[in-house]
Amino acid sequence: MTGGFIEPIVGRYVHVEIEGEINRIYFEENGSGIPLVCLHTAGSDARQWRHLLVDEEFTRNYRIIAFDMPWHGKSNPPDSRYGSEYRLTTATYTATIRAFCNALGLDRPVVMGCSIGGRIVLNLAIEHARDFRALIGLEAADFQQPWYDTAWLNRPDVHGGEVCAALVSGLIAPDGPETARNETLWGYKQGGPGIFKGDLYFYRVDGDLRGRTGGIDVNQCPLYLLTGEYDFSCTPEDTLRTAAGIPGAKATVMERLGHFPMSENPGQFRRYIAPVLQDIIDKQKL
Amino acid sequence: MSSERGGQSIDAPISSSADAVVAAFAAIPALLARDAALTARGRWLDVDCLLGPSTQPFHVTIRAGQIVDMARAPALMRSWRFAYRTTPAALAAYWQPRPPAGWHDLLALTKRGEATLEGEIHPFMTHLQYFKDLLALPRRNGFGGVS
Repeated sequence: MTGGFIEPIVGRYVHVEIEGEINRIYFEENGSGIPLVCLHTAGSDARQWRHLLVDEEFTRNYRIIAFDMPWHGKSNPPDSRYGSEYRLTTATYTATIRAFCNALGLDRPVVMGCSIGGRIVLNLAIEHARDFRALIGLEAADFQQPWYDTAWLNRPDVHGGEVCAALVSGLIAPDGPETARNETLWGYKQGGPGIFKGDLYFYRVDGDLRGRTGGIDVNQCPLYLLTGEYDFSCTPEDTLRTAAGIPGAKATVMERLGHFPMSENPGQFRRYIAPVLQDIIDKQKL
Repeated sequence: MSSERGGQSIDAPISSSADAVVAAFAAIPALLARDAALTARGRWLDVDCLLGPSTQPFHVTIRAGQIVDMARAPALMRSWRFAYRTTPAALAAYWQPRPPAGWHDLLALTKRGEATLEGEIHPFMTHLQYFKDLLALPRRNGFGGVS
């Protein structure tokens, strides 16, 4: 092995107005074709998508774009919000995704989100289906039962990075690649103080979509839901229950994967996402 | 809705005798003593806790990440800061080379009601990965078929 290889991913910043304030948002992209916008999980950043971003087959047909949400990764908090408690809401999350897509001038992109990204995809399907070509929710459900107290995530006598990573470590399937597991957890160790907790405000409190998903029209915008069998946070049963209430939604349980399919075991995830991306291409030809 | 579900859902843990589970748990101090990296990760940890199978928990005394004493409960007038106890069947499943889904993490076990976490859990949370890896040591020692 020799050094010097440069990956085809390009990273840039775009200025996006969200709720009246300019946010400097970092995004990475590769490929050309149908725009595919990828949303990272709570408390992490867009590096989770780096394997998808360099997939030679996918990038032949898709312009794959992954961005760091404000307060995450290389996207700083909005200038006016330093010092205030971060709490993600359904309205802000939805506005952020739409503003980002508009800022880049994307024409009816596909959006794929994982975890909180999967949940917000459902809200996009409810409120803005016309704006999107297809929606893909990974580890997505209208609601799931909490399994720990988020107060532990941000307090001065507990190391935030260590506890966040240790909590989510159990959501990774047990026999995936060790390096991918370590990299997935590294993202959690690097999150800003209180950011994972603030994301979970959306997940646990503000973003309960029970009773709202039944109106999703998949004829307007196809909806795919894929969940790892080892995800005990958003369980396969949570996803299947959600999908059962949405006529025409396609649900798949992914073997040997957990809550972070694209980063914890990219090769295994590829087996499941490739047919979905092909299905979307095939629908364009009809 | 159309759905696909590959593989077989495992609804019951691996069968194993409670005695075998207790014996495997009792070997944890020796396994930790051979794991320098895990011991080092616990170097800031001093705690007296109650861990193990619900049928036979152990008082575990940890100092600087090392188990310096482990005694079968009950022990007269011995106190503990927190307790993590699981059914023997859950530990047997947790220790499989590839644990079945939902039986593969300490907090997955509490969520499904196969384990209880009680007491003053601050030391558990500050060293959460340490305790996950500590209680997984029998997996690496051959419980469930791998040595």
